[in-house]
Amino acid sequence: MTLEAQPLITEPLILNFGPSHPATHGTLRVIMELDGELVTKVTAEIGYLHSGFEKLGEHLDYNQYITITDRMNYMSPMCNNVAFALAAEQLLDLEVPLRAQYLRVLMCEFSRIADHLLCVGMQAVDVGAFTVFLYGFRMREQIYDLFELVCGSRLTTSYTRVGGLMRDLPDGAIPLAAYLIEEIPNTLREIDGLLSHNRIWLDRTRGISPISPEQAISYGLSGPLARACGVDYDIRVKEPYSAYGDFDFDVIIGKDGDVYDRYIVRLHEMWESLKICRQVLEKLPGGPVNVDTDSKAILPPPDEVFNSIEGLIYHFELTMENRGFEPPVGDSYVPTESPNGELGFYIVSDGGREPYRIRTRPPSLMNYSIFEELVPGLMVSDVVAVLGSMNIIAGELDR
Amino acid sequence: MLQADLIPTVMQDRYQNDFLGITDFRGMVTINIRGAIVLDVLRMMKTDPRFACNFLADLTAVDHLLKGGHARYSVVYHLLNQYDALRIVVQAWVDEEAPSLASVAALWRTADWQEREVYDLFGIEFEGHPDLRRILNPDDYKGHPLRKDYPLQGRGERDDFPVVERSIGSKWPTGQAGFE
Repeated sequence: MTLEAQPLITEPLILNFGPSHPATHGTLRVIMELDGELVTKVTAEIGYLHSGFEKLGEHLDYNQYITITDRMNYMSPMCNNVAFALAAEQLLDLEVPLRAQYLRVLMCEFSRIADHLLCVGMQAVDVGAFTVFLYGFRMREQIYDLFELVCGSRLTTSYTRVGGLMRDLPDGAIPLAAYLIEEIPNTLREIDGLLSHNRIWLDRTRGISPISPEQAISYGLSGPLARACGVDYDIRVKEPYSAYGDFDFDVIIGKDGDVYDRYIVRLHEMWESLKICRQVLEKLPGGPVNVDTDSKAILPPPDEVFNSIEGLIYHFELTMENRGFEPPVGDSYVPTESPNGELGFYIVSDGGREPYRIRTRPPSLMNYSIFEELVPGLMVSDVVAVLGSMNIIAGELDR
Repeated sequence: MLQADLIPTVMQDRYQNDFLGITDFRGMVTINIRGAIVLDVLRMMKTDPRFACNFLADLTAVDHLLKGGHARYSVVYHLLNQYDALRIVVQAWVDEEAPSLASVAALWRTADWQEREVYDLFGIEFEGHPDLRRILNPDDYKGHPLRKDYPLQGRGERDDFPVVERSIGSKWPTGQAGFE
């Protein structure tokens, strides 16, 4: 009597991942069809955090909407603030003073470092390396100390105004920024040492879900995700906004577009951001941080309000319920390089004090749309690694 | 090299009445066209080496009910030529009656989700789209929230959400938590 190997009978299994799962970092739902441990088909469901920000924007004036932009990509709200302010300023044709432009760059770059630190840390947690996350988070908290000092809030910064900034740097901000520039490299070296040549990390990330440059362009990917595939497009260099043309830094390009390259691109981008921060502090010009009060877009300084009739009138005009600045009829869009990719606000104005239509170009939505194509053929544990490397922020994805 | 100054003549020669003119506001060039030719225009913008807009940066819509325009809706395509870092906006105007437009998902895969979003929020249908379903709102949602005739407060959708009664107090531990 011979024993014959019986074929193993398997059935496809439907696994529901999310909407609330520790590895989704937000409310995403992924429905996976599994054959054993292999994923055969995946459906991504989004919209669990849809908050109607675009509808809300049609009923708020321009400066009020800045507080809404904080809540989109809550990992780097400074970048959202700047992106919105730029679009509104293009509509009003305002030229912000150089000091404000430099400070915006400084805040954006610190935000980028904070965002990338968290993303790299989360990516590491998802594949089992908890230490990296803690090291990154420690530094990120110190960057948030700078934000708190500058604008009074750690997460919902609302630092920009249409026509400038909420206020100039307070005492102690420059030394803190200089301290951060000295300290962040230590954290980056720690992360680099823990991950870049780590056997387990390499096994878990190398060759996982590679993306070709053609795919990246077709799916509208931008930011570190596209650059990891070899798409040489960084808006800071190609379409410089807010004085980015004054600084010298390199664009980091990957080769394979796999999870490892995305990590490497983010890690090296943090070094480049530090370069920019250092240059901002060296070159930081003096002068005001807001456009002239005569532009009737920005609140006059307090002593002008209390001591001159013009200041009082401008202040009244801008703050009363039925007043405020009225941009011309038209539309504007300024692309910016947020930590996740191209972020821009498309504003349509009908001449009223509220935008007629306000659209966010959310990098997370475009970046996530390729997910359904990437995942089939991978193991369940790799799905988490891919999701972590994409840095999908649900607040921005669903708006 | 993107030859932006060629656009008016090329568009006029090729599309005559379906081409509604070019607006240039603060350096943002917008080509206005009728919705019927949108697929043809975008294919030309993508494949013609004089324009070579290889990247669809954004796809959205505007409801012109209160503002006025060539038609009720416009679908806005933000194109980017990545070789020269130049941007062009194509605005396709769609009528109010049964708004519908050709899908460009075959040209750029990113249009797939973005057209679904426009369908969800504006109710504009895209012919030839591989899987046109709602994306942000639930599948059984009525109405299209970003239309201008949709109120900010909603239409009472939140009033009949199922209420979860928690198993605390007198019902615990035998009480059933569930939907009422």
